[in-house]
Amino acid sequence: MCWSVPGKIIKIDGNVSTVEIAGVKKEVHLDLLEDARIGEYVLVHAGYAIQKVDEEKAKFTIDFFNGKNDA
Amino acid sequence: MLKYVDEYRNAELAGELSQKIKGISTRPFNIMEVCGGHTMSIRKSGIQKIVGGHINLVSGPGCPVCVTSIEDIEKIIALSEEKNAAIATFGDLFYVPGKKKSLADKKAEGSDVRIVYSVSDVLKFAKKEPGKDFIFISIGFETTTPTVAAAVKQAKEENIKNFFILSLNKTMPNALRAVLAHENSKIDALICPGHVSTITGTEMYKFLVEKLGVSCCISGFEPLDILRAIYVLTENFEKGRKVLANAYERAVREKGNIKAKLIMEEVFAESDASWRGFGVIPGSGLRLKKEYSSFDAEKHFDIEIKNVKENPECKCGDILRGFNKPADCSLFKTACTPDTPKGACMVSSEGACAAWYRYGE
Repeated sequence: MCWSVPGKIIKIDGNVSTVEIAGVKKEVHLDLLEDARIGEYVLVHAGYAIQKVDEEKAKFTIDFFNGKNDA
Repeated sequence: MLKYVDEYRNAELAGELSQKIKGISTRPFNIMEVCGGHTMSIRKSGIQKIVGGHINLVSGPGCPVCVTSIEDIEKIIALSEEKNAAIATFGDLFYVPGKKKSLADKKAEGSDVRIVYSVSDVLKFAKKEPGKDFIFISIGFETTTPTVAAAVKQAKEENIKNFFILSLNKTMPNALRAVLAHENSKIDALICPGHVSTITGTEMYKFLVEKLGVSCCISGFEPLDILRAIYVLTENFEKGRKVLANAYERAVREKGNIKAKLIMEEVFAESDASWRGFGVIPGSGLRLKKEYSSFDAEKHFDIEIKNVKENPECKCGDILRGFNKPADCSLFKTACTPDTPKGACMVSSEGACAAWYRYGE
């Protein structure tokens, strides 16, 4: 039930944003984030963005899987 | 293509990582995956089978539907009988049987029961239908609770008077303590819930490593994420080290989501909570604070629940504590199936019994 899915913020209107997840646009509330910006990836859970995705850290993890750095 | 998801599902890399795990694993190692989402992902992608015989993956108490006690299910059923009121719930709770009936049964009998994706949907209903009361069944851990807190705040700001919540929200730390400190616990390490940790941060688990000597690794939900967590835990176990590791850095920071934590603390206060299989765990629940008590369904509606007991044959409780596996239950796949569930672990899409039923043992 704690599932959340990453999506890209494409529009912000006050506390509510539009997030694109695999081509589908969803209404997502931003009440729980400090400073969300258009173009950023966020984790969406039950209609709310609960955290931003750190793109640098994501790249580090991919590199680990490809044997480029340690766990 | 789903960015930040598909990259972590590469079967070839998963095969290589599982070989690495097998290569360093020399002795029995019991790892509990706390979160029901991890249980589902592990079973669905066959991770238990590919990591080798020494590693034993055990389901934990991190499925909010599964740990909802029978008394609380009966409260929900009683609320669904209120006149001029509608129940709004996440879909997973819809089929969970109470003593005699589920919400699905009550809906079939004429109660207004609506499945929602978000608590924000319930606010929309309340604004659109001001003559009706809406009761949101608020289950969930630290991931979900801030969304409810934000909605309750919004309801207060907008003076919405026909919106209520039944707070069955629970918190992880004391439940994990109850699992690990039990004399029968054989758990050596935890795969910690990734999305709970986006809110709480890594710091919440320090006491488990320092006080209880159990290693913790926070993990994402894709197969490569989980395999990486198993690798990190196994490597440290083999070297005799206790660690707190974060293998979900793209989403989890040390302090978590501070704004979400503050909203949660503004609206909710700590309370005791009843967990299926555990009984009451002190300080493991959340109730609305006094300033927000007008939204409390238990205060607004007059419901009384008489002594109800869990089905003694259902082993859901022991499964949630890691003492048993679904196959140890005499009801599993006989009297208890997804079509005829006897306990919540068979109903929830993240329940251990449902996962074992669907994807095999």
